[in-house]
Amino acid sequence: MRTSARVWLATAGLISLAAAAGDPAINLASSSIVATFRQENVPVDAAFKGFSGRVDYDPAHPAASRAIMQVTTASLDLGSADYDSEVRKHDWLDSSAYPVASFVSSAVSAGAGGHFTTTGTLTLKGRTQTLTVPVTMSRADTAAVFDGTLEISRRYFGIGSPDWNGVLDDKVRVKFHLVE
Amino acid sequence: MPDYATAAPAAVEAARPRAYTRTAVALHWVMTVLILSGFTLGANMVRLGMTPLKLRLFAYHKWIGITVLGLVLIRGSWRLTHAVPQDEPMPPWQRSAAHAVHGVLYALMLAVPLLGWTYSSASGYPVVYLKLWQLPDLVPKNAQLAQVLVAAHTYLAWTLACVVVLHAAAALKHHFFDGDATLRRMWSWRRS
Repeated sequence: MRTSARVWLATAGLISLAAAAGDPAINLASSSIVATFRQENVPVDAAFKGFSGRVDYDPAHPAASRAIMQVTTASLDLGSADYDSEVRKHDWLDSSAYPVASFVSSAVSAGAGGHFTTTGTLTLKGRTQTLTVPVTMSRADTAAVFDGTLEISRRYFGIGSPDWNGVLDDKVRVKFHLVE
Repeated sequence: MPDYATAAPAAVEAARPRAYTRTAVALHWVMTVLILSGFTLGANMVRLGMTPLKLRLFAYHKWIGITVLGLVLIRGSWRLTHAVPQDEPMPPWQRSAAHAVHGVLYALMLAVPLLGWTYSSASGYPVVYLKLWQLPDLVPKNAQLAQVLVAAHTYLAWTLACVVVLHAAAALKHHFFDGDATLRRMWSWRRS
């Protein structure tokens, strides 16, 4: 059951989850979170190499379900050292000031099959946005797998100075594949 | 001027046209401009800091390269289906050298853009021609392969630049020192 006690600790703006039991944490090695941005209409995939979290989903008890993810902003891999060091700077993700981006669900509603939607708060570069994210659950062996995509606005979160708006799309798609 | 024997039998030589086709001349000069600008862009853009201009120039460089690749395919097929003019009288070693340089130019006009495209694929940056058409990736993303490819692309691009200089220097030498029609015939053309 998903009713095991959980303690949520909020420290210095970072939320960490201390769970006594429940679903296992997301397995980093088999999961991925990939941001796709468009520059001059060229889609470029960049993966976050560091993240952690947990998705507790029980179709029978959606109200008791929860999702929380934390992503290390300095772990974004653009495939070149120059781009990687650039994107950690103040104008972009500002990783020294905002090392972690997080998503914390506030509501989960079950859909047909393995589908459900989770509404929650995305915190990125010190700004928050409430998002509703459709998620598909499947199983790989015994592990639960959660797939979905969310779309964010660079401008809203202050990522990239306005000089870049001519060559870089505002919309960034973030695709996640989370395996427990 | 000495009367150098031509490479082919006289009857075959005589049947060859005196001039290039208009299409061949146009392709030659359009590609000259594209290759010079693509090379100049490429050699300079890599030194720029991380600015929007840099990304723009990379895009233009890739579009130029893909255009060169498309044109060299057209040009190669045109060349294979349309007779080129007979050689100007010149010593046999110069004729062989000129033909070898032409062969190397064709090979590099093909190889340099292809390596650039493959490098772009290996780096995880697909090529979107003219911001409109996304070209297929030639290889999957692979950082190690990308390093080899960018080195090969750069090395062969500089080789191409050197061979272009050699080709142009030889054309100027024929024009100014030998007074033959080598360069002039790239300015005039036949109709078919």
